[in-house]
Amino acid sequence: MNVITDHLAEFGEGLRLTVVLTLLSLAGALAAGVIVAAMRVSPVRVLRAAGMAYVEVLQNIPLLVWLVLAVFGLPEIGVMAGLFTTAVVVIALYQGAYMAEAIRSGINAVPAGQGEAARALGLTFTQSLRLVILPQALRTVVQPLGNIAIMTLMNTALAAAVGLVELTAAANRVNLAEAQPIWIFVGAGLAYMALSAVFGLVTGTLERKLAILR
Amino acid sequence: MKTGSKQTTGSRRPGSARLLFDEPGPRARTRIRAATVLTVLAGLALAALALKQFGDNGQLAADRWRPFGTWPMWRYLLEGLRSTALAAVVAIALSMAAGVLLALGRLSPSRWLRLPCAAYIEVVRTIPALLLVYVVLFALPRYGLDLPLFWKLVVPLSVSNAAAFAEIFRAGIASVERGQLEAGLAVGLTRGRAMRLIVLPQAARRVLPSLVSQSAGLLKDTSLGYVVSYAELLYSGKVLANYNHLLIQTYLVVALIYLVVNATLAKVARTLEQRTMEGRDVRRAGRGRPQRLRRERPLRQRGGAGA
Repeated sequence: MNVITDHLAEFGEGLRLTVVLTLLSLAGALAAGVIVAAMRVSPVRVLRAAGMAYVEVLQNIPLLVWLVLAVFGLPEIGVMAGLFTTAVVVIALYQGAYMAEAIRSGINAVPAGQGEAARALGLTFTQSLRLVILPQALRTVVQPLGNIAIMTLMNTALAAAVGLVELTAAANRVNLAEAQPIWIFVGAGLAYMALSAVFGLVTGTLERKLAILR
Repeated sequence: MKTGSKQTTGSRRPGSARLLFDEPGPRARTRIRAATVLTVLAGLALAALALKQFGDNGQLAADRWRPFGTWPMWRYLLEGLRSTALAAVVAIALSMAAGVLLALGRLSPSRWLRLPCAAYIEVVRTIPALLLVYVVLFALPRYGLDLPLFWKLVVPLSVSNAAAFAEIFRAGIASVERGQLEAGLAVGLTRGRAMRLIVLPQAARRVLPSLVSQSAGLLKDTSLGYVVSYAELLYSGKVLANYNHLLIQTYLVVALIYLVVNATLAKVARTLEQRTMEGRDVRRAGRGRPQRLRRERPLRQRGGAGA
């Protein structure tokens, strides 16, 4: 037990990085998801195809491959960015594909009459999407988006494999120094469980507040 | 709801998401054409920028790509793909078997079985697979359990995916009508046999698409072999890149292989999903389950009225 209190600073820093990484990636993923989902329902065929290609390519290649490619590959073609920034961007783009799919299913769940009414009032495609469809679509997918948030939290651990010292890597470092694996890894596991419990609670509250009963 | 939207939009053109625009008129068509041109230009600009970055840093030179046209390179990477497949298949088999047992345990009438299974599922679902990999890599050897490389990858993956499979199976079992189990008990089967012979086969068929997509996810997770240094596809790529110093080219080829394999699997999953849906519709129409239809008709009417 002492191991954790002795290395509270390392654990705290790792925990902080994990939380910041998760929140920033989630914000980016939500933005990417909304944009790609909008592309996939737009009247422009090329945009639809591009959105579909984005989802297929991002989802079908493991996140770790993306991370390795970005962290070690991009400097080779002269794109320099910090490790943390790279991790945030890669995780955001990757989870964005999953967000896009969830949001698209929400858009499909909005009754067709809503879109027809919006167009009958003379709203353009972007206006009807922004003012009528998306607000309803996002409300119906709170639960799936919450699941993606927890998945994102789990996936930030992969950043440890490319050298970012977040919670998992911090636990591993402390263990290499102290060699008391049980407490260290149980502690890290408990921290992840607590974080996902928080995400679950937030999702539940949002769901109760926002869900539309149909 | 879905049927409602399909009826109103499907008549125009086939496809899933046609809700947001009508058949374009002349002005809309001009705007769409302009947007198309802009999108294509933006795409070309992006591609040009990428190529320029590659070119400026000398990564486009022919001799940096030529090795990937040779057989030994591909043989090495395909060998890695074979190890990926082997690890994935073993991990899928193990975690599916454990998943069935956990799902049954979580639904069992005995509290002593139910609570531990529920606890396992809830705990493992919220722990990253990489943390489990580190436990197997660095913690277990201290207690005298040093697994071979293959199992250092497969064990943590199975442990974490068992919980996911358990939840899928539980959903499937819960979706099988209560009467099926009751009928089994009524004809004198024990609970275990009724589950095994009557409920589980139906449940497994219903969740087949989820099982396939979870398996595809597990196949992606085997890339953690990179951390374990088990020679699956990604780690093979790392070794190869260290050897030939063609880092970005090698990883791009590895990514391409993953893309092709996983896209194929995803297509299989979609086909399966369509087939099970069709099968269920046919069966339902053939047998005409009155209860089900009565429950669904109001929903459909409501969707129609709203649409």
